[in-house]
Amino acid sequence: MNPENELSSNNPSPRAGSWPLWEVFIRSRQGLDHKHAGSLHAADARMAIENARDVYTRRMEGVSIWVVESRHLHASDPDEAGALYDPANDKIYRHPTFYVLPDELKNM
Amino acid sequence: MGGKMYLWLQTHCLAMNDSLSIQEPEKGFQDRIDREIRIEPRDWMPDAYRRMLIRQISQHAHSEIVGMLPEGNWITRAPSLRRKVTLIAKVQDEAGHGLYLYAAAETLGISRDEMIDQLHTGKAKYSSIFNYPTLTWADIGVIGWLVDGAAIMNQVPLCRSSYGPYSRAMVRICKEESFHQRQGFEILLTLSRGSAAQKRMCQDAINRWWWPSIMMFGPSDDASPHTGQSMRWKIKRFTNDELRQRFVNVCAEQVKILGMTLPDPDLVWNEQTGQYDFGPIDWEEFRNVINGNGPCNRERMAARVRAHEEGAWVREAATAHELRLQNKRISSVKENSEKS
Repeated sequence: MNPENELSSNNPSPRAGSWPLWEVFIRSRQGLDHKHAGSLHAADARMAIENARDVYTRRMEGVSIWVVESRHLHASDPDEAGALYDPANDKIYRHPTFYVLPDELKNM
Repeated sequence: MGGKMYLWLQTHCLAMNDSLSIQEPEKGFQDRIDREIRIEPRDWMPDAYRRMLIRQISQHAHSEIVGMLPEGNWITRAPSLRRKVTLIAKVQDEAGHGLYLYAAAETLGISRDEMIDQLHTGKAKYSSIFNYPTLTWADIGVIGWLVDGAAIMNQVPLCRSSYGPYSRAMVRICKEESFHQRQGFEILLTLSRGSAAQKRMCQDAINRWWWPSIMMFGPSDDASPHTGQSMRWKIKRFTNDELRQRFVNVCAEQVKILGMTLPDPDLVWNEQTGQYDFGPIDWEEFRNVINGNGPCNRERMAARVRAHEEGAWVREAATAHELRLQNKRISSVKENSEKS
């Protein structure tokens, strides 16, 4: 199951579907990253790409598609969000605005 | 003393009940909702929130899928190639919308198979509007203008729904729906400027679809049991009646451009409220159609079930094909390792 579909312990477990679930990532134009667009069911990778073309790129939304079977994705646990991301909050010295410099200083 | 004792019991037991019923996670959950933080699939959520979303999103998905039937009915008879390509594109969009929504519902722990099962056994509902027949070409125009128009009115606020996957699906859908509504209005505009027979056809379609369209917003607020909780959880942002009123206000103006009328003798601009007043809705008809007795309920379900059953061999063949490829890969890996 994928990050979207992987369920925490208090959730009911989904019944196995007939075709596996795939996550779709789309590059909207050359020079940009692939971005998660959604998911779909398909028997194999080729069908997943063809279905993704039909479902997610009907209006020039993409020039390249990645698909990965959802069960191969691993996600961080939302319950650990505090421990994972809080330490970044008190390190404001990582941002350029932390440093006090005179206004006369140009081009920096 | 009895009165005092009662008061004591009431205050203390109520306090106890309060702290028992509002458990910590629920509080934190509501707090996030109130601060407009979206809920994502793996976050903790109350079971009732999950159930409400599964019900709403899956019914929404079913509506998109069943909604292809009345329009698909006219693809082969579209009056020009231009009309035909746009109708095909629109029906294909509806399939896409159904898929976005099924995928969003699946993030809540229900499988696609279960949802399809619920639709086919009649356990899950879909929008009652699709149980009306498309008798003339003008109906395709009216579906775009009124039915998709009502859907847009409903769906735009859902783009801000508290559940992340649902709101993301709605953003995508709303972008696409606007073409649907415009193509519908264009069909009607053409008819409304055509021959006397075409004008009659246009008015007749509006007459037949108007009331079912405003029923699409669901029961009135005082008869809608889920609205309160749904609004507290910010799944819905406006009540059924609020959205319905907005829709009436918009359509009452748009119909003038067609030179047609809406079939409601009570429809009148109200200076005081700044809104259009409109006549009473026949809720008996609404309940009848929802409960399976509309003009096309049986036909629609039969068509869905038949399509699913007739497609079974394709699904099986694709699975068998993938298995064969897997076996081939395994045996070639074995061969290679034996050689080396």
